[in-house]
Amino acid sequence: MSHKTKEQLGREATAIWNDIKGKALTAKDRMAIPPQDMATGDPLKRAREMGEVALGYTDEQALVEAARCLGCKNRPCVAACPVGVPIPEFIACVQDGEYKNAVDTIKMANLLPAICGRVCPQEKQCQSTCTLGKSLKSVDKAVAIGRLERFVADWERENGKITVPAVKAATGKKVAVIGSGPAGLTVAADVRREGHDVTVFEAFHKTGGVMVYGIPEFRLPKAIVAKEVENLKAMGVTFRTNFLVGRTETIYDLLDREKYDAAFIGTGAGLPKFMDLPGENLIGVFSANEYLTRANLMKAYDTEKAATPLYPAKVVGVVGGGNVAMDACRMALRLGAEKVYCIYRRTRDEMPARAEEVMHAEEEGVEFLFLQNPTRIIGDDTGHVRAVEVLDYELGEPDASGRRSPVAKPGTEHEIAVDAMIIALGNESNPLMAQTTEGLDVTKRGNIVVDAKQRTSLKRVWAGGDIVLGAATVILAMGEGRKAAKSINDYLAGNEEDIAD
Amino acid sequence: MHTILEKRQFSEEVFYLRVTAPEIARNRRAGQFVLVQIDTDYGERIPLTIADANAAEGWIALVFQTVGATTHKLALKGVGDKIEAILGPLGRPTHITKVGTVVCVGGGIGVAPLYPIVKAYKEAGNRVIAIIGARTKDLLIFEQEMRAAADEVIVVTDDGSYGRKGLVTEPLKEYCESSEPPAEAVAIGPPIMMKFCASTTKPYNVHTMVSLNTIMIDGTGMCGGCRVTVGGKTKFVCVDGPEFDGHQVDWDNMMLRMKAYKPREDADHHKCHMEIEAARIGDPDGDSGAAKAKAGGAR
Repeated sequence: MSHKTKEQLGREATAIWNDIKGKALTAKDRMAIPPQDMATGDPLKRAREMGEVALGYTDEQALVEAARCLGCKNRPCVAACPVGVPIPEFIACVQDGEYKNAVDTIKMANLLPAICGRVCPQEKQCQSTCTLGKSLKSVDKAVAIGRLERFVADWERENGKITVPAVKAATGKKVAVIGSGPAGLTVAADVRREGHDVTVFEAFHKTGGVMVYGIPEFRLPKAIVAKEVENLKAMGVTFRTNFLVGRTETIYDLLDREKYDAAFIGTGAGLPKFMDLPGENLIGVFSANEYLTRANLMKAYDTEKAATPLYPAKVVGVVGGGNVAMDACRMALRLGAEKVYCIYRRTRDEMPARAEEVMHAEEEGVEFLFLQNPTRIIGDDTGHVRAVEVLDYELGEPDASGRRSPVAKPGTEHEIAVDAMIIALGNESNPLMAQTTEGLDVTKRGNIVVDAKQRTSLKRVWAGGDIVLGAATVILAMGEGRKAAKSINDYLAGNEEDIAD
Repeated sequence: MHTILEKRQFSEEVFYLRVTAPEIARNRRAGQFVLVQIDTDYGERIPLTIADANAAEGWIALVFQTVGATTHKLALKGVGDKIEAILGPLGRPTHITKVGTVVCVGGGIGVAPLYPIVKAYKEAGNRVIAIIGARTKDLLIFEQEMRAAADEVIVVTDDGSYGRKGLVTEPLKEYCESSEPPAEAVAIGPPIMMKFCASTTKPYNVHTMVSLNTIMIDGTGMCGGCRVTVGGKTKFVCVDGPEFDGHQVDWDNMMLRMKAYKPREDADHHKCHMEIEAARIGDPDGDSGAAKAKAGGAR
């Protein structure tokens, strides 16, 4: 694929826009408009820099892309959105050049459009059901809903047009939100709007949860997350960092002594999964959580200023095929690796990562080793990683997930020289809340048990996001946050019973 | 923000800070630790065990040795200065019950985190014998506190400059062999010391609890950097520990992992002390290693 700059793409869009501007378009006209690509930085250059990879639409690109929306009556995209964003309505605003109205329309359902426009797996959600994409027989030709969402949110922020949502008169009720990731921030906003006092407790020194420690700068600039938190502060939400609920104070301390009326647990991902392989505890083997946290939150890439140590590695192996594995691969390039292997035991078709992330990783030079899986990690005589031994696989019958299952080919072990290994196979649940909160029901896997309204087994305590779902996405966490906030608001307004027990 | 209320220098590289932290002081229990970060933009988060606390006055005490960039910067702070972030109390508290006689062994700056544990065992009605050691007299810390808290205190120095000459494992072995062996032992100090305390008590089946201080970032069960092998299984010091059965810990792997960032630490630490320490723990094999087990050093 030839690599076009933002200027080239913008010029092409301008030509199309000049052609269709002011015309009454039929559905057929709209279907004939070419989908607008989003510009990205030059792959080999951007792979060495932390700056954002996807560069956003120009005005004309947004107008042209919005013109592709058929505004169909059955709105399948809305049903496929975990938070039910009124998509055709916001795109209609873009068609009219009413960007502020567009972003305000999104914010009725989703408070973090600049973030979701960047990290949502739209091709598996709204865009997967788009009528235009179906008509053109390719999800790649669906209306680029996520890119339009990002465009209007960026336009609002960059032009200083952000308005702070209105907050109702103070109710005197207090709500504790535990964790400042996507679920927690959503709850904070929705509960605060009803006039309740909200305090968000965060264990790290920075707010944003996975959006600051996990998702890298080159996919989601930290300034955008910081801006969303600023907006919440402007609404009157209080943030307390370096506060670990469960240890600094327990949930019971907050409810009983500190007189919070309700609490929401959104503590996110837990302990990283390892493979129980020989050599997994050698020096130079990291969980993706540790690797990405050092790189993102602790700024290991800034070797001049950061105190956190950067582990020097020229050849890095990453195990896994999800978005976190892609982030780890691409981060390794940016931290100076000359060669990065992504080792995955199935094939590209089965990868859980977003197609766009896989494509970006490949463009940047990540080498994919499909149908291979580590059997042991090999160290040198000082205990540092020197190689990984892998076994070849082939695809067999479909498994419970519907994907063809990998079958080992005995005797095919071979070594790949690497000097760091990153394990990106997902997370177990975080054990801390269950350890420190008597009476809180969790599943066998340690995830908090909730009902349809996100209520836990404890009175006045709700939960949502990865601590309930296991490893999921930003938007699913936000969806749970919305449901929980509604239930909390109903409860505080006296319109809902607390859990039946 | 936390304000430094008192600073003491125990030796060239070992410092004591008393800092404001009302919530941590109120909720901490023996055996727990905190993560300290001097600068929340670029600073590292380092685990330090709580050496003492006062809930009424709202402070905790930390004892640390200068090892890397953060501890060196921390050592430059004085009374009235601020520390941006202290997260805690972290880890599971020490499981303390009345068992009879407990021998508590502390080496180097490990004596500081041992102190609250000694107090807690004593308050639970146990007879507590403290064995505290250092390389030399000037490096011995918390002796007066220990004498006030424990029933009996044995001081050991490697060079014989104070107390008994030798290693902390020697009096520990004598207690295990005595007619009334301890019901439990606790060892906190450099990994090599804890390793040999555990191998000392093992033949006598004296349950020996050790406190591990591995590398970690979040301290809340997310990053996995603190993992150790205990009883053949991967455990996480921050949420499963910091205390483990010393007889089950894979010491050699733990000591290996502690060296992960050693080149960087050394670059930050111009003095040669760490090299000496590493040379000693680099040869932890059997009896010849035991002979090298010294009580001083980094924790």
